[in-house]
Amino acid sequence: MSDSPAIANGAVAADHHEHPAYQRHHFHSVEQQADTTNFAMWLFLLTEIMFFGGLFTAYLIFRNWYYPAFVEASHQLNIFWGTANTAVLISSSFTMAMGVWSAEMRRKGTLVLCLVLTFILGLIFLGIKTIEYSEKIEKHHVPGFHYSLQSFTNPASDPEIYKEYHDKPMALDMARHTELYFFLYFAMTGMHALHMIIGIAILGFMILRARAGAYTTGHVTFVENFGLYWHFVDIIWIFLFPLLYLISRHQ
Amino acid sequence: MSEQTEHAAHEQAQHGEHEHHITPPVVYVVIFVTLLVFTALTVGASYIEMGVFNPIVALAIGVVKATLVVLFFMGVKYSTKLTKLTVFAGLFTFMALIGMTLADYFSRAWGRW
Repeated sequence: MSDSPAIANGAVAADHHEHPAYQRHHFHSVEQQADTTNFAMWLFLLTEIMFFGGLFTAYLIFRNWYYPAFVEASHQLNIFWGTANTAVLISSSFTMAMGVWSAEMRRKGTLVLCLVLTFILGLIFLGIKTIEYSEKIEKHHVPGFHYSLQSFTNPASDPEIYKEYHDKPMALDMARHTELYFFLYFAMTGMHALHMIIGIAILGFMILRARAGAYTTGHVTFVENFGLYWHFVDIIWIFLFPLLYLISRHQ
Repeated sequence: MSEQTEHAAHEQAQHGEHEHHITPPVVYVVIFVTLLVFTALTVGASYIEMGVFNPIVALAIGVVKATLVVLFFMGVKYSTKLTKLTVFAGLFTFMALIGMTLADYFSRAWGRW
């Protein structure tokens, strides 16, 4: 209510010193407004860290309990695609950081370019994830959907993986727990992908707004805070990649 | 109007602590390249047999990469004390929760294997 334009343009403006239109007048200054939104964004990101932290903890506990099953199940993941996606995501974080810089420097063209590049890199990440997911679907490695233990009770039946790792056949009671690995794999990468999808949708909105000159007026809070979100999603992947793909290559 | 914003920007620049820090692109490029190098390192390390140290090295490299992202891409290095304290307190709480939970689960069958 206190944001009503009548008050903003009338009574308050008269006894306030001049400030830019984007400063809400319950803030003392633009800097205070920026610091406050930055603080709030970090509080949100901390709740996100706790949320993903639960998934990471579950993964570490079950990996410790059903170690042989988790090792063999992780051999199903393709390190090449995982590495490619890590590079794609780091690049998108870089283009996003450059986007924030462009907004700060009030360079509209560069900002739009950076946001479009981030948008495209985000889509490439999801595209590679789709390739990986469809492989799991073909092999019946999706938990709960006609899950197949064949690759684990008889590794030689899965020649592509077998020639790389030469895994020994697992007893049925341990092999069953590979389903738990894939459950956590889909839960963690799926939640991460959902964050990417939400981010890409917001990026699409931001590209339209940026083309209209919305973020190059000195008011960069939205771009900056979206950048924090995007980098946070990158950080989650920085830990998902070694834990899911890399650490079980040996043993 | 533009004179006013210029004046405001100048005034802002004088306020030392409240100054809006603009990270130059060269910093972003250096961090970007470093992150790619560490990605190559962690993949390379996974192909070397190191026993129990494989996950430790992988996680250590992950922590270094995440720290670089938080400090530079997310600009925490140049942010207010409030933000720094918030990030640190959050990570500390996270480490305490995950650390104590894992210590419990990993030690339940201690000596019985």
